[in-house]
Amino acid sequence: MIDLIQTYWKSYLWTDGFNTTGLAMTMWLLILSCAMGFVLSIPMAIARTSRNPWLWRPVWLFTYIFRGTPLFVQLLMVYSGFAGIHFIRHSPLLWSFFRAGFNCVIVTFVVNTCAYTTEIFAGAIKATPFGEIEAGQAIGMSKATLYRRVILPSSLRRALPAYSNEVIFMLHSTSVAFTATVPDLLKVAVDVNAATFMTFQAYGIAAVIYLGVAFLLVGLFRQAERRWLAYLQPQNLQANPRPKEQPC
Amino acid sequence: MTLSLDGYSQLILAGTWVTLKVSFLSLVVSFFIGLAGAMAKLSSNPMLAWAASLYTTLIRGIPALVLMLLLYFSVQMGLNRVTENFGMQQIDIEPVSAAIMVLGFIYGAYFTETFRGAYLAVPRGQMEAAMAIGMPWFRAFRRIQFPQMMRFALPGVTNNWLVLVKTAGLVSLLGVNDMVKAARQAGNATMRQFFFYGVVAVLFLAITSLSQVLLNYLERRFAVGVREARL
Repeated sequence: MIDLIQTYWKSYLWTDGFNTTGLAMTMWLLILSCAMGFVLSIPMAIARTSRNPWLWRPVWLFTYIFRGTPLFVQLLMVYSGFAGIHFIRHSPLLWSFFRAGFNCVIVTFVVNTCAYTTEIFAGAIKATPFGEIEAGQAIGMSKATLYRRVILPSSLRRALPAYSNEVIFMLHSTSVAFTATVPDLLKVAVDVNAATFMTFQAYGIAAVIYLGVAFLLVGLFRQAERRWLAYLQPQNLQANPRPKEQPC
Repeated sequence: MTLSLDGYSQLILAGTWVTLKVSFLSLVVSFFIGLAGAMAKLSSNPMLAWAASLYTTLIRGIPALVLMLLLYFSVQMGLNRVTENFGMQQIDIEPVSAAIMVLGFIYGAYFTETFRGAYLAVPRGQMEAAMAIGMPWFRAFRRIQFPQMMRFALPGVTNNWLVLVKTAGLVSLLGVNDMVKAARQAGNATMRQFFFYGVVAVLFLAITSLSQVLLNYLERRFAVGVREARL
């Protein structure tokens, strides 16, 4: 066990000497796919809540398909499937992109997390109290301003608890990247297991690191909720006594 | 691109059956583990409650795929070591039942949390009244507590089941001949991987859609005794 850690700790954490591996790769996958998924999901959530069926129906279909099928099968379709499609195989630009396992993984993850995040944000937008929107209209805000200043800030805050679940879920999902030869944390564990036959230890170290990251993310999101959802917290005067007002 | 299955329909159908079997039986396993875990978490015995909390925290913090590989392969390695020491013949764990046990064990943790919340949502007086008229604890649980808590548990159960089905798509990595593996074989033989994985994706979509319809019906069924105000 000690030998195993001494030999492989660098691979588990950030590098095998040539490439980024292990935890660093897992976090890179997580940050990249969550960031891009977040940016894409906001316009899609707005379209999803629109009253125009030409806008909401395609988005509904998109989230229905990508939330109803396993990420692993989606990844296989992109990683193994795209290579057999004539159109992609013979377009130099597309093929140079989809030949790399990493790119296939990122594309699949972004689309997948985008589908889940879109539904989360759409649910939060629908839950916006009508008074907030009417107040905005009443002072003459345009639709864009209304979204930018009223609807999005309040609904993104409300979506925070569900969104934190999605990020943890995505952290767990990044482990399928190893099937596309991306050297993430699980791939390192698989390789260490193959090299040492110490199955429990090899996978156990990866499991402990995943657990640590999950706890860290939970802690970070709790901080974020305390900051941005403070106005929705129940008042607990016992735990947080209000500072005494200073006499002038 | 043609839409013919090239004679692989039998293989894919057999794989679909394996996927359905694995997911359904692991649902049964995790359902009972979940009930037991919820009871343990709510019990007045601090050791039991602590052990159940450790179980749910550990399992839910680690990716299912990592746990699957960890449990499946290290149990097999441990078993090999035992049989070797006793000079017995190697016992190979059969992949399908192993996958069911591992998935059941993992999702048992998620069901524990679902059932714990549902148990607490039923007013205490219900169980107390049942005990007061002399029902033994188990009968009171079966007749009074369980039907009422299922109403609160069903949305969570639906969610867990959908995640479980999608995770069951990973069992081909443990060597189970499920529909993903069938699609891989068919795709590699015909060089039409995209098409065959697409067929599997459609099958998964059909399973998840159908379960949503069924579970929505169950949700209405369990809420039959609840009065709702309608406008």
